[in-house]
Amino acid sequence: MMERSDLLATAAAVLVGLVLMFGLPLYADPFQVMQLTLYVVLAIFALSLAFVWGVGGILCFGQGAFFGLGGYAFAIAAINFGDTTGACALALLVPALAAAALGYFMFYGRLNDVYLGVVTMVFSLIIWKLINSTAGPEWHIGAARLGGFNGIPSIPPLNVPGRPSDQLDPLQIFQLALGLLIAVYVVMKILKSSHYGRVAIAVRENETRAALLGYDVRFVKLLVFTFGGMIAGMAGGLYATYQAFIDPNVFSLEMSAKVLIWVMAGGLSTFLGPIVACIGLQYVALYLAENTVVNSQVVLGGILCVLVLALPSGIIPALQDLAHWSIGRIRIAFRARSEVALQDGAA
Amino acid sequence: MASELVPLIETTGLTMRFGGVVAVDQVYFRLEESELRCLIGPNGAGKSTFFKCLTGQHRASAGTVKFRGHDITGAATHEIARLGVGIKTQIPNVFNGLDVRENIRLAAARGGKTRSQIERIVKDVLDRVGIGKLARSTVAKLAHGQRQLVELAIVLAGEPQVILLDEPAAGMTNEETERTAAIIKEINRTTALIVVEHDMQFVKMIARKVTVFHQGAILLEAPMAEVLANPTVRDIYLGRRIAA
Repeated sequence: MMERSDLLATAAAVLVGLVLMFGLPLYADPFQVMQLTLYVVLAIFALSLAFVWGVGGILCFGQGAFFGLGGYAFAIAAINFGDTTGACALALLVPALAAAALGYFMFYGRLNDVYLGVVTMVFSLIIWKLINSTAGPEWHIGAARLGGFNGIPSIPPLNVPGRPSDQLDPLQIFQLALGLLIAVYVVMKILKSSHYGRVAIAVRENETRAALLGYDVRFVKLLVFTFGGMIAGMAGGLYATYQAFIDPNVFSLEMSAKVLIWVMAGGLSTFLGPIVACIGLQYVALYLAENTVVNSQVVLGGILCVLVLALPSGIIPALQDLAHWSIGRIRIAFRARSEVALQDGAA
Repeated sequence: MASELVPLIETTGLTMRFGGVVAVDQVYFRLEESELRCLIGPNGAGKSTFFKCLTGQHRASAGTVKFRGHDITGAATHEIARLGVGIKTQIPNVFNGLDVRENIRLAAARGGKTRSQIERIVKDVLDRVGIGKLARSTVAKLAHGQRQLVELAIVLAGEPQVILLDEPAAGMTNEETERTAAIIKEINRTTALIVVEHDMQFVKMIARKVTVFHQGAILLEAPMAEVLANPTVRDIYLGRRIAA
């Protein structure tokens, strides 16, 4: 069960999402909408880590691995099948299985804290190295050449399930991506407030106590990690079809670090925060890159430093605090005035 | 004859080594159904390690642990907990970031209970431990003694068959200590307990049969009065405080 205020906030966020989903394609410049599509896809990626890290307390430094596996699984399957229906399923399945396998060894081997970070990061970098070295024509899966550091070009666009000739246009892909973002957001909200989510939070708060109460800590973490891997894979698949291209840089350190920053800047304890931070920081980066007066990376780095120093808990939690504070002030002011009025009345 | 009944907990030659250190040494221990046992002994006597072997937090180097005749040696912590072994650890293990109510709810909710059953357990436990007023407080903000009571409530909410309490009265005010002693006696009407405690005043309040640990082994197992009168126990543990 969600609390009432939380339910209202979620409903409001969903409403805004739906308005954008149906409104933007009608009124906004198509190029802008396509730009936004990419950010929406990356926001789904951000949510995957927000769940794994924020709810499960698993600091995954290689979330890009599952994003990339989703993208590559989609690309290879779509090229081979000539239909994206099965490719979509594989974009979820392959990263979920990879996360389950990696998670099994980490959690049943009782790895914790910084070791999890190191192992997940190395996992991603190994795949990066591996895919980078598959440039020769001998590296192919069916009709799809892996392409090594050149990547895989000409990934087919999404089609209506079962009808390969019925391809989605860019605006429809935007609507699909935003629809999925909203769906993932709602599902995560529901999961977090369900019994299973609360057990996951308990495990994050104190593993020993959770185990002493009879909860299988390893299994809980494995489920959270696998689910996060699957959602990252969904984002990766969308990314591959949106760009019609994918290269090994999805497995790079930069990809996994970026998503950590979005989650951190937006607010680890929220789902809305990482979405806002992801899309917002992408626009800031874009704007800075267009204005070549100063090096955009330096400015972006400065902004991140300020964010971390000034708002350590993240953008959305800071806004929530500000809102609570303001409401409190208004209440105090209102009460003071009514007391004055009462005294005046008595006099 | 009592000795022919299957004991609630029975250890046979239980040994726990850390490298060259033998923390628990060949312990043969029996706890009968609905018994209240106090475990005393100086620091480093192996009491907490013994508890950790019982709950599966440590895997014993040798020997066996049986729960109602089932061999649970080497079983995972959560499996032992599901059999009905509840423990309050020496340093409170609570969910710091959550409120008291949610802490207790999580303990009550395991094992497919209905929502009304869970609510009933939570309410009941809050009353029994007397922390209803703290229900909405975040555990991290509470004083040490209050956190101890919260952990006791968590353990009770799991409805265990046997409860292990490791220094339940540490860091408590006199009033809280007395309340804890009363709660322990009340719990013992339905549930067996093993209590580790340093505070002899507290042990005197609740004790019947006492097991004295010394250097990882059981030194003596006897009623409280006999333990207090034993010269060796005085020498190694009780010292002048009781002798005086």
